[in-house]
Amino acid sequence: MNLFCVGLSHHRANVETRERFTGGSETDCLLRHAGCAEALVLTTCNRVEVYGAAETRVTTEEIAGCLAHKIGPNRTGGSSEDISAFYRYEGPECVEHLFRVASGLDSMVVGETEVLGQAKKAYETARTSGAAGACLHRLFQRAFRAAKHVRTHTDITRGSVSVGSVAVELAVKIFGDLAGRKVLVLGAGETSERTTRALVSRGVTDLRVSNRSLERARELAALVGGTAIPFDSWPEQCREIDILITSTSSEAALLMAENLAPMLRERLDRPLFVIDIAVPRNVDPAVNEMGGVYLYDIDSLQSVADQSLALRRQQIAAAEAIIAGHVLNFKETLERGLNWRGSSATHPNIAENPLRPSEL
Amino acid sequence: MRTIVAFWGGTFRPGRFNFFAIGAGFIFQTAFLAMRGHELHRCPLTNLFEVLIFLAWSIALIYMVVGPAYRLSLMGAFTAPLVLIVQGFALIAPIDIRHPVKLPPNPWLEFHASMSMVAYGAFALAGIAGVMYLVQERQLKTHQFRSIFHHLPPLSDLFSAITRLLWLGFVLYTLGLASGFFVGQPLPRVQVVCAVAVWLLYAAILQGKYLRWLAPKRVAALCIVAFSAALTLLWGITFSAQLHSIP
Repeated sequence: MNLFCVGLSHHRANVETRERFTGGSETDCLLRHAGCAEALVLTTCNRVEVYGAAETRVTTEEIAGCLAHKIGPNRTGGSSEDISAFYRYEGPECVEHLFRVASGLDSMVVGETEVLGQAKKAYETARTSGAAGACLHRLFQRAFRAAKHVRTHTDITRGSVSVGSVAVELAVKIFGDLAGRKVLVLGAGETSERTTRALVSRGVTDLRVSNRSLERARELAALVGGTAIPFDSWPEQCREIDILITSTSSEAALLMAENLAPMLRERLDRPLFVIDIAVPRNVDPAVNEMGGVYLYDIDSLQSVADQSLALRRQQIAAAEAIIAGHVLNFKETLERGLNWRGSSATHPNIAENPLRPSEL
Repeated sequence: MRTIVAFWGGTFRPGRFNFFAIGAGFIFQTAFLAMRGHELHRCPLTNLFEVLIFLAWSIALIYMVVGPAYRLSLMGAFTAPLVLIVQGFALIAPIDIRHPVKLPPNPWLEFHASMSMVAYGAFALAGIAGVMYLVQERQLKTHQFRSIFHHLPPLSDLFSAITRLLWLGFVLYTLGLASGFFVGQPLPRVQVVCAVAVWLLYAAILQGKYLRWLAPKRVAALCIVAFSAALTLLWGITFSAQLHSIP
């Protein structure tokens, strides 16, 4: 049985090309028309891939035809230039590629874990429809194990890589549990809304929103479950809040060190986390020099995200070593011929053998 | 050492290794102290060597009691080097000098000395939590994050641990100090002055914290300074006790 992977990803194909090869009934086409004994389609934002097992070689064009609905009843899309964007991996290379994909090493954001969930979902869909048999079962189960191994033995998934998640991670590192923390959102823009939502998702319930337009403040407050505060009374809130998010369009700084100093004396034992995502900045940078105040502007947050990404990249070698071990082990299994000659009959109960709960 | 090497190589994974490593060391320390106590027929606190081994044992004991309860990641990694330094110094330096002990064993005196040493263990852990707090605080303040940032606990958790350890140490030390008044014999003046100075130092830190005179960062820094000072005074207490041949 030949094991192969044919696909498109962000490395070689732009989004227009990728979206031409996503549809709904590719697996059926791959099994009925292209000659695959087993087939699984993995579709994410950045990739469309077919993992298959076949007795005879299935060409890339046939796979691409199924993905573009050129073979079978629905014949649309897909040019010859598009075909050149496809990559193809066979045997051990296919195994290694899947292990890298499942571990997040091939992702646009290295170490992201969403792809593992998507791979599990794709496998589950193929298993329940009967498209995935013994070969793909073994391959994907091992891929999930390799991904878990990489995640628990390296820092590849550590740190946040988007501005909103960085803000939340920093808040957690300052306050621990965010439930019960008081947050003031100054300015009701889209970025502050996203950051606020990220904090709400981590348990923040006490939200106050202030904006020059009280109406807009009320709208955002209603959206995030907070309270609208008149704009002229927000400075007083600094006495009791824990987190301040500023994103107003003010040309001048709204919060100066000298204004904050008297309020800080009253809250010496409580830190204040200030997230200034406005451009130009709403908070005087000198505020970060004050004891117990942690000020992050948009550049600092981006810098933290970049540091996390750099840290993840440093872990690639360690992750690759783990994957190499799993590939070697899987290759040995392959060479022993334990799982490749047979059909699902050699793997009894495969249809009744869903993923373990821990893997779902 | 294993943790430091793992951090250096970027391969650190949180686990129970430090807890079990310190636990294994604790068993050996306990065995040594038991044998020495059996030999002396009294609490083995008769010279600086025994005091330092007892201190290392107390640090390990407090870590094993509070470490899992506070769930402070990496506390073991920070505790182990201190235990290594204290015990290493005790083993390397020629300080295991046997002095003739003139006085018969006195339960109050032994309770006073041992309780004070266990309190020192709690103060040491408070200092260690203080170091962890300052490391994490600096990273948050300067926006420069190393791999350790992701493994260290949040500032609020560290500060809670510092507060609890300070209280634990303070209560134990107060008990030890109070029991000194029941010894039934006059203790050397230097010893009393040093012991009261340590008590006042920690009382001042707790007072400053509760009256909100001290910010968390300053409390963390003071825990390190106070433990360093307490260690120096401990030397003075032990030296003075040896001069008077009192355990």
